[in-house]
Order: sequence, then structure tokens, then C-alpha cells
Amino acid sequence: MSYTEATLQLLSPEGRLVESDASAEYLPLIQQLTDQQLREFHRVMVVTRAFDVEATNLQRQGQMGLWVPSMGQEAAQVGSGFAARPQDHVFPAYREHAIAHIRGVDYVDIVRMLRGLTHGGWDPREKNNFHIYTLVIGSQSLHATGYAMGIQLDGDTNTGDPERDRAVIVYFGDGATSQGDVSEALVFAASYQTPEVFFLQNNQWAISVPVSTQSRTPLYLRPSGFGIPGIQIDGNDVLISYAATRKAMDEARSGQGPRFIEALTYRIGAHTSSDDPTKYRTQEELEHWMALDPITRFASYLRGRGEGEEFFRDVDAEAADTASDVRRRTLELGIPPVENMFDNVYSEPHPLMQQQKQWLADYEASFDAEGAAE
Amino acid sequence: MSELQSMPMAKALNAGLRKALADDPKVLLMGEDIGPLGGVFRVTEGLQAEFGKQRVMDTPLAESGIVGTAIGLALAGYRPVCEIQFDGFIYPGFDQITSQLAKLTNRHDGTITMPVVIRVPYGGHIGAVEHHQESPEAYFAHTAGLRSVSPSTPHDAYWMIQEAIASNDPVMFFEPKSRYWPKGDVDLSESGRPLHSSRVVREGTEVTLLGHGAMLSVLLQAAEIAAAEGTSIEVIDLRSISPIDYDPILASVRKTGRLVLAQEAPGFVSVGSEIAATVTEKAFYSLEAPVIRVAGFDTPFPPAKLETVYLPDADRVLDAVDRALAY
Repeated sequence: MSYTEATLQLLSPEGRLVESDASAEYLPLIQQLTDQQLREFHRVMVVTRAFDVEATNLQRQGQMGLWVPSMGQEAAQVGSGFAARPQDHVFPAYREHAIAHIRGVDYVDIVRMLRGLTHGGWDPREKNNFHIYTLVIGSQSLHATGYAMGIQLDGDTNTGDPERDRAVIVYFGDGATSQGDVSEALVFAASYQTPEVFFLQNNQWAISVPVSTQSRTPLYLRPSGFGIPGIQIDGNDVLISYAATRKAMDEARSGQGPRFIEALTYRIGAHTSSDDPTKYRTQEELEHWMALDPITRFASYLRGRGEGEEFFRDVDAEAADTASDVRRRTLELGIPPVENMFDNVYSEPHPLMQQQKQWLADYEASFDAEGAAE
Repeated sequence: MSELQSMPMAKALNAGLRKALADDPKVLLMGEDIGPLGGVFRVTEGLQAEFGKQRVMDTPLAESGIVGTAIGLALAGYRPVCEIQFDGFIYPGFDQITSQLAKLTNRHDGTITMPVVIRVPYGGHIGAVEHHQESPEAYFAHTAGLRSVSPSTPHDAYWMIQEAIASNDPVMFFEPKSRYWPKGDVDLSESGRPLHSSRVVREGTEVTLLGHGAMLSVLLQAAEIAAAEGTSIEVIDLRSISPIDYDPILASVRKTGRLVLAQEAPGFVSVGSEIAATVTEKAFYSLEAPVIRVAGFDTPFPPAKLETVYLPDADRVLDAVDRALAY
């Protein structure tokens, strides 16, 4: 699905500000951004892409079982990621590397999960409420909705205190919209009028299946059937991603109920390192979307505003440094102690965990004893 | 100071839930028809009127949604107690229970807790239509990260539901629905015991009978009949399906040398199978006979007019006792 007349956009593919009746209510939110904030948008997009390329290389070199590339989706992620406030809660799927970085997650913590060292990787409370990745498609939508119900029970919406009001943003993809859990989340969100933004990154493909198999209508129309307002934005335009999410989150925090944003974007890479996109999509389609690249577009905009080349060189250098730092620290990662298998299955003591942990320790020690006896 | 009151299990659960709601403002009840109706079995009767719609929530009709949002509420610091309307309706929520609820503490490397209780009315004897009389406990006992319990008396139901709510791990709370109505003494001053403890309910010397939930009344009836025929039977209420409290079971088997397990659930790959294997491993030299299972047949739960044939009764239990004694 390409852009339609309904697709909100603030930056044309050439990087020029689009002024239209539709964009008028979003432009003021952009005009409030400082030069430093705009530079930060560019920096996070570029550094995350360098990380993503390095992680892809590490996987190809056998250093990770799997990689989930984010290339092409940086604008959707960075714009919406900066629109959430520190007290908000973010529930990602598993491709939201740029947002993870914005909320304070170390890129290497994402690597740890895909290298097979942990199923999670971080404590959300220590990472500005960025929750851990969820691999079962769409499951996190219900957790996000439940969390938003909790915010309501806490009385933390529409308090008049912008530091206290909170909301939730949940990320999912076009494939997830077919999952029952996403529909159930929309039902619960509408019923309880939760402070929540559903952020759909429609990257056109659910592994090898096109979005036309998931839905015969534009996906931004689907929430209206649940009683939730939905909009469609150009997901490769970081400015509309920021402004639309900012507005939706402000509305959610002020008690106006849930909102739904469909960001049209494209997965330039494979779904994961395990599939080959040339088997299911055309070179023409790929080239069409590469011409709409979010980083090139935003860099053109910044240059048009007079940003100097030194800034771009500095960001590129930082990106290269980040990539080599991730590589170095990835190769230094140790294997977790086997006790970890048993220690965190339950919060409270459990006889099977205690017995099996002890059995394994005795079993392994028996080899040491045999070795010593020889 | 004991405060004995005679009440049915449904009322005892209601009293336990009321106490949990009153004691901890983070406790929430959620489920289908649990508000003004009080649940299809009236277990939550009056609780919404007392604690409000925010704490006793009638949810949309979606089991995955109930469990999935309960997980989010637990992440937000609440202690949700979900009611699944009937045993056979739990499967739409199975993915959220087994892939999410059960694994989230582990996935977070132990940095979060998941204090969620899933109440499940289960089992037969009520003459209901398909999907309303099943015993699905083995699916959940098989899943790491969950705890599973089932009371057999009103008194146990009263304190066990409170202990389940107090647990920082997710607890599957299986309520034997045919036992909702018979009355028993409940000590409302009971302050709680370890949730995962089995209990010897009748002492005997020749055969040990073990079961949980509604099966207990069948086992006690069988023990009475056997006593009249001169056979001394010990009866143990399992109470906890996962983890299993083996010490009283092994102590009893070492005394009697014979163990008969009874359950409404199908026998194949069941809780009874697991206990039979473990008892054989741990008390092999004490056994005078193989451990014998009496279970529902490995068929779908039959239409209601056949349920008395499907469900183990005292005669089938005593047939197994005779076989055990014949070795």
C-alpha cells in the first residue's frame, strides 16, 4: 500500500515542508522543536541504522542466532519515540531498536537477547519504562492496554499536572493486525477508554505475506469500527511521526481515550536474517521505497534549514564508532551461569526448581570428581 | 479465636475474595458477568456493589483479553484475579497464560513478579452441555512458571484463594464446580497456611487414596464403604497440583504400601500419571502393588446423560482398591 490522499505528511520525499490544510494542526508542534532536538532526530536515525547494519554483519558471521533488522523504519520509530514523555510506558514488538535507544536501552542488551544469553535483556523500570520485546505477534497489545487500565485506576490522566499524567504507546506491525489479541486490545481500550496510542508500523510485509492478505481496507480505517479514531501518516517522515504521536499521546494523557496511528513505511531488509526477500518481492518495489528513504529525506530538510556538513560528518563518525563498540562488546559477552535457568522461573521458592538445580550441580560435579580420581 | 460458620464453597470463596479486596487496594477482580450478576456461579455476588466497578470489572467477552490485560495490570502494580466462566472456555486465553503470564518473570530475568490468579470452575457432575464440565489442569501443571491448586472443601477454598492472591507467582485456581453448593464449616479466622500442602483427611493403614477437588468426596465415600467391609483406607487431599507436596504422600505410601490415584481428568499424560511415576521412583521398595490410576476415560467429556459412567465413582475406586490389595 502506497501513500494515499489520507496520508498525513509534513516532509515531502525531497525534504521540503508540506503545508496543507491537513497538516496545519501538526506544523505548530514541529515549530516548537529546537535545532538541537531536530539534530537529535537525525543522529538517532543514523546511529541506529549503523547499529542495525553491524548487527546484521554479526549475525552473518555467526555471532547471533538471529537478527531483526529495522532499516527503513527509522523515521516512524524516532519521531514517535521522541513524542512519548519519560513517565509514559512503551510496549514494543521486537524491531523497535531506535526507540529502545531513545529510552536508554544499550544496543548490546538487544544483542544479548538475539545472541541467546537471555529472553529479555533489561528491566523496564531502569529504561524509562521501555518494556522488553515480545516475540509472539500482537501479544503485547493486551499488556499495554492492561497497563493503561492501571494508569486509569491510579488516577493519572487528566490531572492538570503534565508531569503526572501518563499514557501508554504500543507498537505492532501490519501482520499483527490480523491477530485476535490486537482486536481484543482495541475492544478493551475502547470499552475502558484507556490512555493509550496504538502505533502500527505498516512495513508492507509480514515475513513473505503482503499487507493486502492481512487487510482489504487501509488499516487506519479499522479502529473506527472499534470506536477509536485512526489516522494514516507517512511513516518515512520523521516530523509527522513526531507530531502525530505527540498529539495523540497528549490526548490520551488528558483522558480523551485511545488513538490509533498507521505509519506507512517499508522494511528495506529481510523480516529477519532467516529469510530471503528476493523470493517474495520485486526489485522495483524495493527501489521505489529506497527512494523514499527516511534518513536522506530528513537530512535534505536539515541542509535546507542551513545545517552545516560538519554536523553530518560528526554523526557519521559517531555511528561508525557505535557500530565498532557494539561489535567489540558483543564479542566480549560471556555465557550466563546455568543456575539462571532455574532461578527466575518463579518469584517464590519452588521445590522442582530447587531439586533440579541441585541435581544438575551434583551431576556436573560428578564429572569433576571422576576427573580428579583418574 | 475461631469463627466457625457453615457455608457452601461458593460463599466461602466470596468471603475470601471480599477479605482480599478489603485488605489490599491493589487486588482487582475481572471477568465475564462477575458484576451485577455475581458470576454464573454467584461466587462474586455483591462484590461489585461493595467495592465498585473499577475493582470488580465486568470485562468484554474475550478470555485472551482478560488474561492479557491482567498481565498489564500486574506490570502496573495490581493483583488481578480473573474469572474464567467455565473450564472449556479457557482455551482462547491459553496463549496469554502459557506464553506470557507463565514466562514473564523468567523473561525479565526475575526483575518483575506476576501476581495474577486465574479462577477456573472445573469438572463434571453438574449435567451441563459440552465445554462446561472439563478438567484441564494437566495442561497448566505442565507449564513452567505457573502454580496450580484446587480446594475440596469450603474452608480450604476460603484460605486458599487468599493465599493464591498473596502469591507473587501466577496461580491457576481450579474450583470444583460440583462442590460449590454443599455446605461445610469455615473458620473465618483462618490466617492462612502454606498454599502448596497436601493433607491427610482420613487415616488408614492398608491402601492410600489420593485425589483433588470434587474427587475427595468420592474418595471419602469409598473409604467409608471399605471400612464397613473391614479395609482400612487412608485418604489424602492433594490440594496443590503444581508443585506437588510429596512428603505426606510418600509417608502414607511407606505406611500402606498401596496407592490408588483418582481424578476426573483423562488419565493419559495426567497429574495422576506424574504422581504414579514419582512415587514409583521414590518409594519403590515400600510398594506392595503397582500404583493404580482411576481416571476419566481418554475421550471427550461425554454428553451429560453419560457422565456418571465417565466420571470415577466410589465403585470404580473400590475396584482399584481390590486390585491393589490382590497383589
